[in-house]
Amino acid sequence: MSKFKKKKGSELPAISTASLPDIVFMLLFFFMTVTVMRENTLLVKNALPIANQVQKLDKKDRVIYIYAGKPMQQYVKAYGGEAKIQLNDKFANISDVAPYVLAEIQSKREELRDLVTTALKVDGETNMGLVSDIKQELRKVNALKINYTTRTGDAFNNLD
Amino acid sequence: MARRSAPEVNAGSMADIAFLLLIFFLVTTTIETDAGLNRKLPPLEPPTENPPVLREKNIFEVVVNKNDQLLVEGQLAQLKDLRQLAVDFLDNGGGVGKEACNYCKGRRDATSSDNPEKAVISLQNDRETSYKTYIAVQNELVAAYNVLRNRESQRLYGQDFTEMYAAYNDPKTPSSLKDELKPKVEAIQALYPQKLSEAEPKSN
Repeated sequence: MSKFKKKKGSELPAISTASLPDIVFMLLFFFMTVTVMRENTLLVKNALPIANQVQKLDKKDRVIYIYAGKPMQQYVKAYGGEAKIQLNDKFANISDVAPYVLAEIQSKREELRDLVTTALKVDGETNMGLVSDIKQELRKVNALKINYTTRTGDAFNNLD
Repeated sequence: MARRSAPEVNAGSMADIAFLLLIFFLVTTTIETDAGLNRKLPPLEPPTENPPVLREKNIFEVVVNKNDQLLVEGQLAQLKDLRQLAVDFLDNGGGVGKEACNYCKGRRDATSSDNPEKAVISLQNDRETSYKTYIAVQNELVAAYNVLRNRESQRLYGQDFTEMYAAYNDPKTPSSLKDELKPKVEAIQALYPQKLSEAEPKSN
């Protein structure tokens, strides 16, 4: 009756964790594909407004980013609570926008210079005064293509 | 030769290595938002130039005040009604003779716009208007154009304009398809040209 012989050790066998790396690698590849490297450390709050008639931005090599919003909590003491502009990891004044955009356009490849889009990543709580000032500066340097970067969703969610 | 089974490699630390990599990517990367409302700013013009004369009835006036309230054509309005109001205005087609619009399906009200080519939406906001309200208003106005363009596109080509336009602008689209889409996109854009002008914000 060897078929029904009891197994010798009564201890439970160890649970195999061999598939754990596979699962983690799956997560890893997911994150590698859907995210991009951080370019700028955000110094301002950046809760983008919501819109649903959006168009995708062009390729990254022809986009200039301008951030604006109230400074993050840790910078409020040094820079105050009013909405500020952020260019390239630094707080900036409105007069810095035009030279910054010109310099960025100059740094692009020549054939892309006419196609440059300026993406405005502005916090929803910012006043339009600041945004209008930025737009005026952009008009001065003839960088006319802009993109109000938004999250995708129902625009009525902006109102509450 | 005696057959020997290869000793099993201990893979217990593989998960740890993978976790390390995963956490590295979690902290150094962001999910980038790369979509938004594309707009074109008007070029700075010399102040001596005379602005083109527009008839009052061809202007759809939208004013947003500092309390984020909307004034559409001189009347208080809610944001949820703005899209329909803009569609009605653009699609009115009240012109006669040379200015008639044969594809418009509006009310043909003589006091509203002549045809979509003449119709201009004028948006004015206050310096203290909040950005998110401004975006919501812009979104609704762009939506109004998209509603009409999609309608005409469905009628003429059996597909949505927004889809065609996205495919046309996508760098991954093969150029043969782009050449095919280009006349269609331009035809629809000519039927309902986006004339959305923004006045300088008031400060008071």
